[in-house]
Amino acid sequence: MKNKLTKNRIKTVKSFVNGVGWLFCISIICYLLTTVLRALLPKVIAFCTDYILGAKEFVSTNSSVLQTVQNLINNPLQALWWCAGAVIVISVLAGVVTIFARMSLAKGSETMLKKIRDRLYGHIQRLPFDWHVKNSAGDIIQRCTSDVEVVRNFICLQLLEVFRILFTVAISIAMMLYINPTLSIVAIVFIPVVIGYSVVFYGRISSKFLIADEAEAELSTCVQENLNGVRVVRAFGREKFEMDKFNEKNETFAKMWIKLGYLLSKFWAIGDLITGLQIMVVVVSGTYLIIDGSMTIGDFMAFVIYNSTLIWPIRSLGRILSEMSKAGVSIDRLTYILDEPIESDTKGSEEIQMSQDIVFDIKEFAYDANTPVLKNIKFTVEKGKTFAILGGTGSGKSTLMYLLDRLYDIPTECGKITIGGVDIKNIPLKYLRENIGVVLQEPFLFSRSIVDNIKISLPDSSMEDIRKATQIACVDDAITEFSNGYETIVGEKGVTLSGGQKQRVAISRMLLQKTPIKIFDDSLSAVDSNTDLQIRTALQEQMGESTVILISHRISTLMHSDNILVLENGEMAQLGTHKELVGQDGIYKSIYDIQIGNAQKETAEKEAEINGKQNRI
Amino acid sequence: MENKTEFEANKSFDFAIWKKLGIFMKPYKKQLATSVLFIVICSIVDICYPLLQKYAIDNYIANSTTDGMGMFVLLYLCLIIIQTVSVIIFVRCCMKVDMRLGRDLKKASYFHLQKLSLSYYNTNSVGYMMARVMSDTTKISGMVAWGINDVMWALFYVAGSFLAMFFLNYKLALLILIIVPLIAGSTVYFQRKILSANRKVRHVNSQITGDFNEGIGGAKTSKTLSIETFNDESFAVTTSKMKKHSYHAQVLNAFYIPIVSFCSSIAIAFVLVQGGVMVMSDLILLGTLSAFFSYAIGIFEPIQQIARIIADIISAQANIERVVNLLEENPVVFDTDDIIEKYGDSFEPKTENFEPILGDIEFKNVWFKYPDGTDYILEDFNLKIPAGTNVAIVGQTGAGKSTLVNLACRFFEPTKGEVLIDGIDYKKRSQLWLHQNIGYVLQNPHLFSGSVMENIRYGRLEATDAEVIQASKAVFANTVVDKLKDGYNCDVGEGGDRLSTGEKQLISFARAVIRDPKIFVLDEATSSIDTLTEQLIQEAIAHMLKGRTSFLIAHRLSTIRHADIILVVHDGKIIERGTHDELLFQKGEYYSLYTKQFMLEMQEDVI
Repeated sequence: MKNKLTKNRIKTVKSFVNGVGWLFCISIICYLLTTVLRALLPKVIAFCTDYILGAKEFVSTNSSVLQTVQNLINNPLQALWWCAGAVIVISVLAGVVTIFARMSLAKGSETMLKKIRDRLYGHIQRLPFDWHVKNSAGDIIQRCTSDVEVVRNFICLQLLEVFRILFTVAISIAMMLYINPTLSIVAIVFIPVVIGYSVVFYGRISSKFLIADEAEAELSTCVQENLNGVRVVRAFGREKFEMDKFNEKNETFAKMWIKLGYLLSKFWAIGDLITGLQIMVVVVSGTYLIIDGSMTIGDFMAFVIYNSTLIWPIRSLGRILSEMSKAGVSIDRLTYILDEPIESDTKGSEEIQMSQDIVFDIKEFAYDANTPVLKNIKFTVEKGKTFAILGGTGSGKSTLMYLLDRLYDIPTECGKITIGGVDIKNIPLKYLRENIGVVLQEPFLFSRSIVDNIKISLPDSSMEDIRKATQIACVDDAITEFSNGYETIVGEKGVTLSGGQKQRVAISRMLLQKTPIKIFDDSLSAVDSNTDLQIRTALQEQMGESTVILISHRISTLMHSDNILVLENGEMAQLGTHKELVGQDGIYKSIYDIQIGNAQKETAEKEAEINGKQNRI
Repeated sequence: MENKTEFEANKSFDFAIWKKLGIFMKPYKKQLATSVLFIVICSIVDICYPLLQKYAIDNYIANSTTDGMGMFVLLYLCLIIIQTVSVIIFVRCCMKVDMRLGRDLKKASYFHLQKLSLSYYNTNSVGYMMARVMSDTTKISGMVAWGINDVMWALFYVAGSFLAMFFLNYKLALLILIIVPLIAGSTVYFQRKILSANRKVRHVNSQITGDFNEGIGGAKTSKTLSIETFNDESFAVTTSKMKKHSYHAQVLNAFYIPIVSFCSSIAIAFVLVQGGVMVMSDLILLGTLSAFFSYAIGIFEPIQQIARIIADIISAQANIERVVNLLEENPVVFDTDDIIEKYGDSFEPKTENFEPILGDIEFKNVWFKYPDGTDYILEDFNLKIPAGTNVAIVGQTGAGKSTLVNLACRFFEPTKGEVLIDGIDYKKRSQLWLHQNIGYVLQNPHLFSGSVMENIRYGRLEATDAEVIQASKAVFANTVVDKLKDGYNCDVGEGGDRLSTGEKQLISFARAVIRDPKIFVLDEATSSIDTLTEQLIQEAIAHMLKGRTSFLIAHRLSTIRHADIILVVHDGKIIERGTHDELLFQKGEYYSLYTKQFMLEMQEDVI
């Protein structure tokens, strides 16, 4: 089980790295080269100390290279300059290689990041709507931002850093062993202690960090709710209550971190203690070894430097390892999105003529196993006609629309929807949706200009067409009144449109698409009755050949339709024309009475009264 | 909105800005001083280590003796222990300063936001205010606590190292000193560039988050419009921008670090040659040379650190300015000192001095314009609302129906003229006095995370469970509660998001009812409730409003026919007022609104 998990993770990481792996390889090779180059430095110093400044005899052999060295030592001053030159040359070389390493790493990691982000975005767009409903937006965004960042750090920083640390440590240890095995063992003994200690500690503290993060999130939610609900807070005079609530959370948060500080202080201090002891032991034992004669001063100085390049990376290794363990979770959180199958067309699906009769035949449909939303639905929407659906909240009227646009698919055994006899599952999804125009009850506008919003599905539309659409939707005037007119940016950075304006912009957007099937899902609910009527009149003239489905709970919106379906708790309660339905006892008539009947009576009474009064005058 | 008061980081250090933090730092002076003291001790110990090494080389190795080694080890151990203890004390003090200062700053800004008038909230986004309370304060306190300590450690370490070096051999020390400006200069140069590059990266990063947000929030719309590919392309433009800026920032870093280590290698080369010559001429001991190597390598990190922290400190000035600006913002609506003296403020009210309220409201010669507006919305407006009167305000969407309510509730005050409650200018009472007597239901009801019970009890904190249940029954909110899994204990989620708008509205009704207020405000409160439930609620409302002064804002006219006064608002101004009958009689805007809403439909129906 665990193996499989790891395998999956490796697979995901591989798919991320795919294509940029060579950049990472270059980077790693360059880093290794740097490490080797930098490891030479202490040797140069040791050489100086022992052979030039010290009394150690250079073992002369017949080799010509060594001969040259021998000659150099004979002229100490010149030799010193050579050594200094070597230090600078090594540093320049190491520097150049480092630049290469970092640049190729940057190139690789940024290319990879872009790829991951694009892939996630594209994938999420194409995931079934069902998935979107089941997952909270905040959580998905968290995955796409923070978790992506964690994975990037894992691949580009930590993985590389671990490589580098291990290599540095290996080289340092090798050099130390080469210089003096006895002293090396003394130094190396501390390594497992340091690693073990920090791994254990970070393991322990990471859960505490999590709790502190949660405390911060809670505090932040508290502030946000207060600011969003400022009118409620003020109207209810609850400033003190809110202040107390905030103080408590603020205090908890601060205390949590101060407590964490106690732990951290211990950890850091003990780390320093171990490091200090290690260096002391090395210095003292080194001294004994030199006095013993088993080590030279130069070697000792080099050893101390190697030792210092050893100890810090090892201390950070604990932190890196514990952070890396978090990456696994983040990778899983991304795989959760990426492994989800996206919407796809069935084999042999074909693009059919869309202005044909639409037949709904649904035995049962449920979002989740328990509660069916629709039951025994069977009706036909004739082509070119206007079909209306009336129903209260939760009656399943929007669900019908979702099914037609295939935001959800009906399981085969539960029924089907056909257009001209063809099951909509056998129509390519893109083609289907391009031919069904939908205005949602709560329309969504993108944060770009109004005109870009309207022509979003047909970017090449002419301004003339656009304005024709907005005029039908009765929103042209409102748009031109904005100081930037059609170029006004919608949303947080720009103008906030009212609910009614949004709905009308969405209607324009749909009209521009000129689809053979048009659905209005309660899409005039936020518009006042006056404008509602205007729009409907204008629409009527425009509809022409298209099939229209109107969903509403306002009788006045749909009473002129060719056919009206009344839904109640997911079942067909009534079906007929306005005239027929008003004639029957049923939901339609009772809603009609409430919404219009009473009003009509009232108005009539008032009219009479007014007329009476006027007569009296 | 966001850009209006957003400060870019200043270019130079400005003491005046930091002085404004003075009162916040005052309580933690001692702790800050303690942590600085101990971090300085740490740096002194750090400076001593190379000297110990030198001592070992010159005294034991050079003389081939281990006499006194015991003392040496003891001294070394003492230093290590001093270091360990200092680190513990420093980290603890520093964390305390960080968290407590942060807590105080958060508290102060939040507290101030509670006092600021609604006009401030109308002109600043919640995100903007959130950033002030949460992130700016965190950045400031972190900078003060850790920034100051890190800089002190680095300064003392560098200064101490040079002191030691000069003490050992001033000529060699001078050689190293030459390198310092090189490193400091290149650090400052690169830090500035890196800072601005990072700013760009952050900017694009928030754009990416925004795009994800939109891609997910607009998924349904994108699907119905079939514009996935179009969205992909525009997202790819953003990510390409990110790639470019981020790469640029990393290239800057790629050059910066090797340049600094190159400087350090020059110093080592100098020491090697000059020190070597000196050793050969017996001017210095070998141990001294080894100490020099340690110092020469050791000071470069702290020098970079100083430059980096100074850049951070300068950029933190922008955070301070933003927080200070918030704190210096004056509330437009406020209680004068005399009033606070008598009635207390909203946080420590002296409710025993509160006069009982009847609910008479009078607008007397009221002139009003919104603080961010240019035109007067009310000009010499007069209206008497005797206690128990039902006032309805009608008009088209966006016509400015909320203005009167804003004034009556004292969310805004008249620009000229006065609003009298029970015959007395409400400025002569505290805000809380009025607000304690208001029941308010909004079109977009806002609930707080917590249980249904807690949310209803928000209306009256001391209400018993039975009273809460009674209140919710009065407005049929119990029908919502019965459907919830845990009933009254069900968590409504952040902002009440687990409930539908209609459900939230019913709960917010109960919340207002439990207050038993003298003044009721219903701001299009029934718009999201379905027709059948609304019928029930209308009855409940009619019952509730009896004997209370109330404001009803509505665009469905059927709900307001029985109001005592109907005000018709058009383009922000009140153009008609009277009862339903009177207004119909006038045959003005109300008449046309009313008849249009029903009659036009009737006519068509008849045809």
